[in-house]
Amino acid sequence: MNLLLEALRWIVDPTHWTPGGQSPLPIQDRLAEHLAYTAVAVLIAAVIALPLGFFIGHTGRGRQFVIGFTGSMRALPTLGLLFFLLMVFGYVLSYDWAPIIGSTIAFVILAIPSILAGAYSGLESVDRVTIDAARANGMTEWQILSQVEIPLALPLIVGGIRAAVLQVIATVTIASYAGLGGLGRIITSGIGLNDYDLILGGALLVTALALGIDGIMALLQRATATKGLTDLRVSEPQANQPTPNQPTPSQPNI
Amino acid sequence: MRWATGNFDLIAELTLNHVRLAIIPIIASFVLSIPLGWLANRSKVTRAIVITGGSLLYTIPSLPLFVILPLIIGTRVLDETNLIVALSIYGVAIMARSASDALSSVAGPTVDAADAIGFSPMSRFLRVELPLAGPVLLAGIRVVSVSTIALVSVGVIIGSANLGYLFQNGKQRGILEEVVVGIVISLLLALIFDLALVAIGRLAMPWNAGSGAGRRLWLRVPAPTPEPADARADTRSPA
Repeated sequence: MNLLLEALRWIVDPTHWTPGGQSPLPIQDRLAEHLAYTAVAVLIAAVIALPLGFFIGHTGRGRQFVIGFTGSMRALPTLGLLFFLLMVFGYVLSYDWAPIIGSTIAFVILAIPSILAGAYSGLESVDRVTIDAARANGMTEWQILSQVEIPLALPLIVGGIRAAVLQVIATVTIASYAGLGGLGRIITSGIGLNDYDLILGGALLVTALALGIDGIMALLQRATATKGLTDLRVSEPQANQPTPNQPTPSQPNI
Repeated sequence: MRWATGNFDLIAELTLNHVRLAIIPIIASFVLSIPLGWLANRSKVTRAIVITGGSLLYTIPSLPLFVILPLIIGTRVLDETNLIVALSIYGVAIMARSASDALSSVAGPTVDAADAIGFSPMSRFLRVELPLAGPVLLAGIRVVSVSTIALVSVGVIIGSANLGYLFQNGKQRGILEEVVVGIVISLLLALIFDLALVAIGRLAMPWNAGSGAGRRLWLRVPAPTPEPADARADTRSPA
């Protein structure tokens, strides 16, 4: 516990926050880098994956593709993908640009499956009866998607983005090992210098960042739930199952 | 292929070590998750502790966890034990939820019937509930297996000799082939482990052989029911 206290003392030491400190300091610069990499990568991934997920969820086409794709992506070693892309871009781009472009593409690739799965499963969780009702009321497919399906699916869509954000925060930490900035730089410098204050201080900062951002995303997820539809915090009754006293047309009334 | 053929011994050694480092956490998370899953279904409080605790642990990125663990379990920073314990923690975090879902998926009337014909609680659990929970448990352990194998390689940063060494060494020496060989073997291992688990599932649950989890193609783990509170455990592997 002594080491923990020392690491905490290292974090709150004001000299580690003063601008112009020697690498990997000051802390706020590494924190800003970490957040910037994460935000850019998740934004790009969302631009790619959300429309695709909405299309698959709305039409039901390509369902097997999503399940197979998200499953196989889990098998891909993040460190290997990262180093592979860094090397490939190292051949074609300048020394300044290769690390940032290569690693951003790796982050985007790793963020896509979660966002895609969130968007697709969110739309799939919307009660079919609700969609039929919207269609019967004369809504166009576009209106059904934008005014019925997406609002109802929002908590799961945000959940997918939440998972992607965490994945990228974790991968950015590893990327510092390959020379990128971010809070992971503090850990890898510490390993190199055999300085346990640095290692543990960096680790605690990354953990706090991950838990903090995850907490914010969890609140956002809760805030996007449609009021009155169902309490999304409990799993029963499930969002896509009618309650027993509301028989669906397919269920004969006894 | 020049690099691969010239370094066959190194590749074989790292692969074997990779397998060893992955197998221990996979087995540990399976064994530990069953009592935890049982516990989670006892009451709201135990459920909150097991499930919330699991998802909080799962939120900690791998590199920080690897280096914080020595402080808690008293190992050195560059000790392999840290990697094995960290991977087991992630495995348990995924698997405890799976086990809780699996055990609660057993139909109530079945449990009542087992009670009625005189099973003791222990033998009811072992001979009725556990076998019936099998397919969902299998789906969970397949997810754990795939993500554990992918994650072992991060351990190279804390000095573990596994396929991640090929990534590190290949990058440092500028040998792209070495990195690619590492990725391909890692993917193959994930595939082989997955097929092995499916085969074990068929042997252990012959009544399921014709349908369900045993028949699905590689990595096509049955899509879990959407759980709004936490959809991430199914789609993301910690990195």
